[in-house]
Amino acid sequence: MTVIATESLSKRYPRVTALDRLSVDVGPGVTGLVGANGAGKSTLIKILLGLSPATEGSARVLGLDVATEGGAIRERVGYMPEHDCLPPDVSATEFVVHMARMSGLPPAAARERTADTLRHVGLYEERYRPIGGYSTGMKQRVKLAQALVHDPQLVFLDEPTNGLDPVGRDDMLGLIRRIHTDFGISVLVTSHLLGELERTCDHVVVVDGGKLLRSSSTTDFTKTTTTLAIEVTDTDEHLDGTSAVREVLHARGIETHDGSGLPGAGHILLLTTEGEDTYDLVRDVVADLGLGLVRMEQRRHHIAEVFADSDEQRAKDERAASGDPRTGDDQRKEAVGHGS
Amino acid sequence: MAVEHPLTQPGEQTRIHNIGYRNYDGARLGRAYARRSLYSQSLRGAYGLGRSVKSKVLPMLLFVVMCVPALIMVAVAVATKAKDLPVDYTRYAVIMQAVIGLYVASQGPQAVSRDLRFKTVPLYFSRPIETGDYVRAKYAALASALFILTAAPLIVLYVGALLAKLDFSDQSKGFGQGLLSVALLSLLFAGIGLVISAITPRRGFGIAAVIAALTISYGAVSTVQAIAFERSSSGAVPWLGLFSPITLIDGVQTAFLGASSAFPGEVGPSSGQGVVYLVVVLGLIAGCYGLLMRRYRKVGL
Repeated sequence: MTVIATESLSKRYPRVTALDRLSVDVGPGVTGLVGANGAGKSTLIKILLGLSPATEGSARVLGLDVATEGGAIRERVGYMPEHDCLPPDVSATEFVVHMARMSGLPPAAARERTADTLRHVGLYEERYRPIGGYSTGMKQRVKLAQALVHDPQLVFLDEPTNGLDPVGRDDMLGLIRRIHTDFGISVLVTSHLLGELERTCDHVVVVDGGKLLRSSSTTDFTKTTTTLAIEVTDTDEHLDGTSAVREVLHARGIETHDGSGLPGAGHILLLTTEGEDTYDLVRDVVADLGLGLVRMEQRRHHIAEVFADSDEQRAKDERAASGDPRTGDDQRKEAVGHGS
Repeated sequence: MAVEHPLTQPGEQTRIHNIGYRNYDGARLGRAYARRSLYSQSLRGAYGLGRSVKSKVLPMLLFVVMCVPALIMVAVAVATKAKDLPVDYTRYAVIMQAVIGLYVASQGPQAVSRDLRFKTVPLYFSRPIETGDYVRAKYAALASALFILTAAPLIVLYVGALLAKLDFSDQSKGFGQGLLSVALLSLLFAGIGLVISAITPRRGFGIAAVIAALTISYGAVSTVQAIAFERSSSGAVPWLGLFSPITLIDGVQTAFLGASSAFPGEVGPSSGQGVVYLVVVLGLIAGCYGLLMRRYRKVGL
């Protein structure tokens, strides 16, 4: 079953092309829509809600045509906008009840569903206070509640983790996961952080400049994009442990870079894993040198790295420029194999 | 073991209150119901109901101010056993126009600027209703609120007149004409108020702009009318009345609803001019509706 299907969907404004012949099928579950700002994510949601006509192409949501059945789609779909959308002078309960009625729920059902939904998103006593006094995390929960209150079959969440601290972010991601697993509602969630979506989504769709860059299940994704960060101690024998490891790894054909620009640069080596073997190799190399392994962790990718993957030629150029063309090509080939 | 225990004895000690997610399979009443809900929420909001105590003060105060003179007039009429009410039904709203103007200025922006300012509008349009539903619900709500504000004192007058045992058919006719007149006034003022308020998400600007539009136009028109009258070119007086909302209503009711004009020297429009007045009023109402539709077509997500 397909929840969302677009067929060479395009949206052109007089000066910009927001979507360029986008064809993608999205199944049930949690799907991440990743793209930089201006990549066309919000435009896509607007078209899928039947609020903005596509310039060409077609799209179906829950089997309904967005061009002609927008009203029916909006009855079955929830939407959480990216921006602030809450009036400060009413309580969360009043606001969500009103929004439930705007979705067509009778008054009694609206009140009951509001109480349920607010509890599920984690708002308790504070729901009777005016929204103006809420923290950003609580406001995000209210926004989520209004998208879920009418028990839709699908929700669009536009940047739900925006402005949240790490704990709030984790809470929100857990909540998004539950929307599918516990509530049985399919989710399309946008973000510009790929790593964030890797943890929540079953499937990830990457768009850039209105074009589909990649659409694959999250497991495919992480297999090709896992970066390993390692940090080692220095010993008397190897006064600079990091460079010692780097040399040995290079000799074994593993490309590393020092993650310049990131915190801890100089002490940390970043390398791309090619399966379980890489972990063993790193362990053995460090042990053979007699160094202490301070950390070995998976790093999350920034969206920019996926964009780099998409363009083999550009990637090659970058490798050539960095003076290490040999291993670079090998690395890139695998990544590109999964690309569009 | 511990996990399996409840499974072996279903329905026995396993009465755990279910707080899991429940799906909703009840009625979904659709677009027309959503529009009605928005209408009733906006209408209640126009009197501060369902909002904070602070936002109840002004509309309720204005409502009281609107009704108190009517009560006094009725009391005087009953006490003095007058033959007629001191003020015509149609004249009452014209006298109290400042109060009506204040009400429009305070509640028009309340109805639309808040949604724009706090960007709640996209949430509405992500639901079954469409632009037209939103505009119609808001317009109808403010017009109804204004009608309540302007018709309530007329009801006070009418009931008082009947208590004072004034002529029933005379009073009923006047009351009916008064209601028609304030209905037209409500539609016109609500339209103007909403169009001006919908331009800006800033409530303060909206309030100031509505007050300015209503009072400056009335001030200018009545001044020029007075000058024209003094210069004994009273033929121009009725035409000048076309340029401010309250004089428009005054002209229509003078021509068709048996009111005595509030224009200088009571030079109201003739029946022919009255048709022009009516056309202008209806055109303005339709124009305001059209402008609102255009405004909200652009406010998508």
